[in-house]
Amino acid sequence: MSGWNGVRAVAKREWSSYFNSPVAYVFIVIFLVLSGVFTFVFGNFYEARQANLDTFFLWHPWLYVVLVPAAAMRLWSEERRSGTIELLLTLPLTPAQAILGKFLAAWAFLLLALALTFPMVITTYYLGDPDPGTILTGYLASGLLSGAYLAVGMLTSALTRNQVIAFVLAVLAGLFLLLLGFAPLTHFVSRFAPMWLVDGLAALSFLAHFQNLQRGVIDLADLAYFAGVMGFALVATHAALATRTGK
Amino acid sequence: MVIVDNLSKRFPGHHAVRGVSFKVEPGEVLGFLGPNGAGKTTTMRMITGFLPPSGGRALVCGHDVATDPVAARREIGYLPENAPAYGEMTVEGFLRFTAEVRGLGRAERKRKVDEVIARCFLESVRRQTVETLSKGFRQRTCFAQAILHDPPVLILDEPTEGLDPNQKAVVRGMIRSMGQDKVIILSTHVLEEVEAICSRAIIISTGEIVADDTPEALRRQSHTWQQIRLHVAAPAGKAAARFRALPKVGGVETEAEGDGACTLRIQPSDGQPILQDVLQAAWAEGWDCREVRVDYGRLDDVFRQLTQTEDVGETARKAS
Repeated sequence: MSGWNGVRAVAKREWSSYFNSPVAYVFIVIFLVLSGVFTFVFGNFYEARQANLDTFFLWHPWLYVVLVPAAAMRLWSEERRSGTIELLLTLPLTPAQAILGKFLAAWAFLLLALALTFPMVITTYYLGDPDPGTILTGYLASGLLSGAYLAVGMLTSALTRNQVIAFVLAVLAGLFLLLLGFAPLTHFVSRFAPMWLVDGLAALSFLAHFQNLQRGVIDLADLAYFAGVMGFALVATHAALATRTGK
Repeated sequence: MVIVDNLSKRFPGHHAVRGVSFKVEPGEVLGFLGPNGAGKTTTMRMITGFLPPSGGRALVCGHDVATDPVAARREIGYLPENAPAYGEMTVEGFLRFTAEVRGLGRAERKRKVDEVIARCFLESVRRQTVETLSKGFRQRTCFAQAILHDPPVLILDEPTEGLDPNQKAVVRGMIRSMGQDKVIILSTHVLEEVEAICSRAIIISTGEIVADDTPEALRRQSHTWQQIRLHVAAPAGKAAARFRALPKVGGVETEAEGDGACTLRIQPSDGQPILQDVLQAAWAEGWDCREVRVDYGRLDDVFRQLTQTEDVGETARKAS
């Protein structure tokens, strides 16, 4: 399929561009250190005396909210700033191929960072007898969540040539999608808003869907939710790129 | 073949290109001239499909750029303005990437990249990253990307910008030799370049075509076309009157005089060669012609005549 060749070429280039700069290494180190610190220091991993990764995954939505935009902000902003977007989009590629190629490369990169947390798994097996099912669904949930954040970050990156603005917008959008379902906040809102509204908003949040999956419940609705968020953000990215004026 | 049919582009508050039409056949090298902001780059961006036109259409080798952009772009090699290239990639890696997107197989990719690196004299920097290159090397790297797949249509936005005179000569030579069987459209501010490599020139001003002809035909429109500058041993008044009386002569200006000699500028009345007539008249009078020069016009003058918009003219008048 010739369509796939274009996607693969763009993805390969994007992947190597992460590793041709210090970005990849800095990102991975920070992600691993922070996820460790949160789990062991704030999550009281040992004190919980439970051989599972709940305290590890608990923090992922909050880590991603800042870290994923950092990995996503350059995807289109940098192309626009340096003018290479004109080169990329005048090669025999459709914008959809370019978007998909970049998205897959960036997502693969985030999944690599996630996969490098494997010592956590080894640790729990060493300490006790964890449920392999919830570990797998935890990783699945975390991987899908990072893809959703990434798609949102890619959209904000396509909106501006300034990486800092792209980053800030992505963090705000991510926080919004997260806090919609954050219990302390929804309790507060439910005091004056009707319940159907609170529940409806919470259903749009990353958090509820992430927690369902992470607890080991693979519900098609949750999978569809993440696919929907990614699909929507990628289509919106397509629209954002189409409306650029060239200057 | 490239057909541009009534192409126009509106930006918010700014009508950049207003109904541009032309047709370029293989073997033609078309120079696109115009002052800054005339719409050259915008037109090229519409031909390559980077910008959607507000009206009209562009066909590249029979493919409509708007409805079949990928097929059209396969036929095009494009050097965008300012020669963008991925800074963190090596020259070789960058060229391999564009070859891969263009669907070349592994073996062919390697062969084409090696070939284009040699042709564009990039051997010494092939493993260097683009961001460490000087302007001239970066320009040639992006140029290499445009010609790598040997496309039938080349669109080059200021291809010799930022090159030193030697590099310019090399790039011009390449364009000239490729122009024998390709469609080449290039934009430039450098008018000598148009005379050196273009078989045709289009001058565009405030989004409209104001001239479309061979560089020589355009030069004919210059007021100095076939003008003769003559240094002759005769009193200025007498000589000027004698030449003015010739039927083909339109006007005579005295540039300098003294010591019984003068320098005259003799203008033909309708662009006809007048050298013969002038010299015969001088000999008949027994005047000694010490220096003669025939002017063949300057594209520069024509360019200014055709593109000087009101505000620029106004500023120039105030300044002088």
